[in-house]
Amino acid sequence: MASLSPIQKRRLRNFRNNRRGFWSLWLFLALFGLSLVAELIANDAPLMVSYQGDLYFPVVESVPEETFGGFLPSEADYRDPFIAEEIRANGWMLWPPIRFSYDTINYDLDVPSPAPPSAENWLGTDDQGRDVAARVIYGFRISVLFGLTLTIASCIVGVAVGAIQGFYGGKIDLLGQRFIEIWSGLPVLYLLIILSSIVQPNFWWLLGIMLLFSWMGLVDVVRAEFLRARNFEYVRAARALGLGNRKIMFRHILPNAMVATLTFMPFILTGAITGLTSLDFLGFGLPSGSPSLGELIAQGKANLHAPWLGISAFVSLSVMLTLLVFVGEAVRDAFDPRKN
Amino acid sequence: MSKLLEISDLSIHFDNNEPVVDGLSIDINRGETLALVGESGSGKSVSALSILRLLDERHAHYPSGQIHFQGEDMLKGSDKRLRQIRGHRIGMIFQEPMTSLNPLHTVEKQVSETLALHKGLRGPQARERCIELLELVGIPSPETRLSSYPHQLSGGQKQRVMIAMALANEPELLIADEPTTALDVTVQRQVLELLRNLQQELGMAILLITHDLSIVHRYADRVAVMERGKLVELAPKEQLFTAPEHPYTQRLLDAEPPASPLSLDRSDQPLLEVDNLDVRFATKKSLFGRTVRYFHAVRETSFTLARGETLGIVGESGSGKTTIGHALLKLTGATGSIRLDGVELAHLDQKQFRPYRSRVQIVFQDPFGSLSPRMSVAEIVREGLEIHAPASPGNQDRKVIQALLDVGLDPDARHRYPHEFSGGQRQRIAIARALVLQPEVIILDEPTSALDRTVQKQVINLLRDIQARYQLSYIFISHDLSVVRSLSHKLLVLQHGKVVEYGNATDIFHSPQQGYTQELLSAALFYQKPTTN
Repeated sequence: MASLSPIQKRRLRNFRNNRRGFWSLWLFLALFGLSLVAELIANDAPLMVSYQGDLYFPVVESVPEETFGGFLPSEADYRDPFIAEEIRANGWMLWPPIRFSYDTINYDLDVPSPAPPSAENWLGTDDQGRDVAARVIYGFRISVLFGLTLTIASCIVGVAVGAIQGFYGGKIDLLGQRFIEIWSGLPVLYLLIILSSIVQPNFWWLLGIMLLFSWMGLVDVVRAEFLRARNFEYVRAARALGLGNRKIMFRHILPNAMVATLTFMPFILTGAITGLTSLDFLGFGLPSGSPSLGELIAQGKANLHAPWLGISAFVSLSVMLTLLVFVGEAVRDAFDPRKN
Repeated sequence: MSKLLEISDLSIHFDNNEPVVDGLSIDINRGETLALVGESGSGKSVSALSILRLLDERHAHYPSGQIHFQGEDMLKGSDKRLRQIRGHRIGMIFQEPMTSLNPLHTVEKQVSETLALHKGLRGPQARERCIELLELVGIPSPETRLSSYPHQLSGGQKQRVMIAMALANEPELLIADEPTTALDVTVQRQVLELLRNLQQELGMAILLITHDLSIVHRYADRVAVMERGKLVELAPKEQLFTAPEHPYTQRLLDAEPPASPLSLDRSDQPLLEVDNLDVRFATKKSLFGRTVRYFHAVRETSFTLARGETLGIVGESGSGKTTIGHALLKLTGATGSIRLDGVELAHLDQKQFRPYRSRVQIVFQDPFGSLSPRMSVAEIVREGLEIHAPASPGNQDRKVIQALLDVGLDPDARHRYPHEFSGGQRQRIAIARALVLQPEVIILDEPTSALDRTVQKQVINLLRDIQARYQLSYIFISHDLSVVRSLSHKLLVLQHGKVVEYGNATDIFHSPQQGYTQELLSAALFYQKPTTN
């Protein structure tokens, strides 16, 4: 069913009325959508190759070097002058706008790396000769994906825990609160440092570890909302209608708690992104070599004479976080029943 | 004779909105009681507050008018001058005794504050005067009460302390803003009698703001009727009650609910039988979770209810009448026997009881709190159907529309949110929610007490219509005896959780047997429209 109920229409209208948030959403979605297909924008392999009348799509398939008259059975390096020359002589190549992937090292720099912005490297290169523009695009994607996953996961856990504590109250609430007090007292950073010495933290490890501590942010708000609402008359009315606990929690109390949750969500999202960025900055984050804004900031700090590093990281981070906060504001407006 | 207070052409508006009070002109003579009557939102409290300039003047503006208190224009007075008048020559009593006393101050401190401020009385002198005042307002053993905090006093006592504070400096004018709305009927009567006696003793004028016509009928000399910020009628009491001129006044006087319930052919077969219902709340638990102290909310209550019949449950606040309603629906734990159509329900757990819920429904008191603010009217009304009659959505929609029509609401309104409706309309939605399940019994927990008089009558008429149409049985819980009388065939009078009197409603209303019932009835101040025509 594609048709919206009048209520949903009104929410949509409220959302649209917040022009800033509305446009921020589109801008963010456009940026996020583009970054999802980062392989087509910034890659060290061409999008399409025509060689001796055959068509190849190196972005999605692995073509051995032998195909293009090379000697190795491994994947072709299209930036290799020999291969490039060979293909150009027998056909053509369609390159993405940025001819570097996040881990492509530009060996043809005229200046020592980090190289300043040029026609080839739009935002310059970092101190290992990798293209900053490509790394920003991939880093944006990984930051947003990480942030979204962490936010959704911690919202689910936090809302569930808060709801149970607030709804049942009593001993469950008491024990839950004491547990949270102890748990939030643990030093997260040290734990991460210790853990990263035991395992090589990857995306999922980091997500898991950060989730262990980030779910607590929402518990207090949701719990307070449930504690308040469970004695409301309409909750009592719902019970008199014969609704079960779960339905009462979901349908009658949760919508109240959702506004608080939604108001917090952009902050949790930005918090998750900055969390990942700062871990990367400190060197305890994603494995080395992965594209990350935090690592870019660290490079910017280490190479103060190359301001394009720091500026690129700063601008991309602040644009992303600002857009998210604006979107969050509009979402909150949309769910406010007192706004007409 | 010069007027004590003269308000002429007073207009008040907040920010740039429509005027809340528009061209109001009233006057009060020395020693008289002027009642200011109107429904909520008619601007009566705002007018009263403006006399002492107590409105927030960052938002409130007075585009026109004068308020002359003994020849002095209050609207032009400086803050300093106003402070000299407030609490000294004009006293004020507020509606809510629970929140108008500072919970952190003792009675002595609250009362003597105004004495120190205006008379410079301190120490033993002030104390003496405090005791005198508390005696005057009828607080027993005032010496021991001086060191009490507000939470140690009952509602009526708090209101008495409020009155003592307002009277401390023997004001010439006392503004009483709904002084008894929050009180039980018997206490209400005591407080009003007290005010009248003090008025005669001290010779002060009273501006009595109320929505309750029976109070006006009994205590006012002249009556000013306000509607939407405008004064529609100002007349001596007798004239107003016998020959109201303005149609609005007539409507207000007509809004008194009918004096007797519908006479229906009731079956003798009891539909609901309640035996020895007992509800206890734990007030103190030992370390190991064993209950040490109980509050006995309902004791051994028994009654029966036949199809198409209404049982009225009356009692003062804290008498356990709401608890009975909740216990019947298993919203609170209870012991005893509850039989519906001969089926014992008392021992069922929540899950086993669920199928019976569609047959017994409840409508709550607060029309603003009992509707989920984030659900549309259709969602609210449909919810019960999803559990008890999970049928095709089209069928459900039809039932929702029918229920809304039954309660006199436009079915097109079902996609809107509750906050877009007025109190009376919200209560109709709540009734529709109960009605859509086609219940046999509806428990009405003070369904009209949050509503204005005219709206109250509409809701009562609606309830009577529905009862006649669907042969419903009601359990009608209320403290308002005039409303109970218009619906109930049987009456159950409760005091402190115990049944004082139970029987045929007309019999009890005409010849109450128990002392408490007599007291309750005589305090209820029935105002009956003279049945001249």
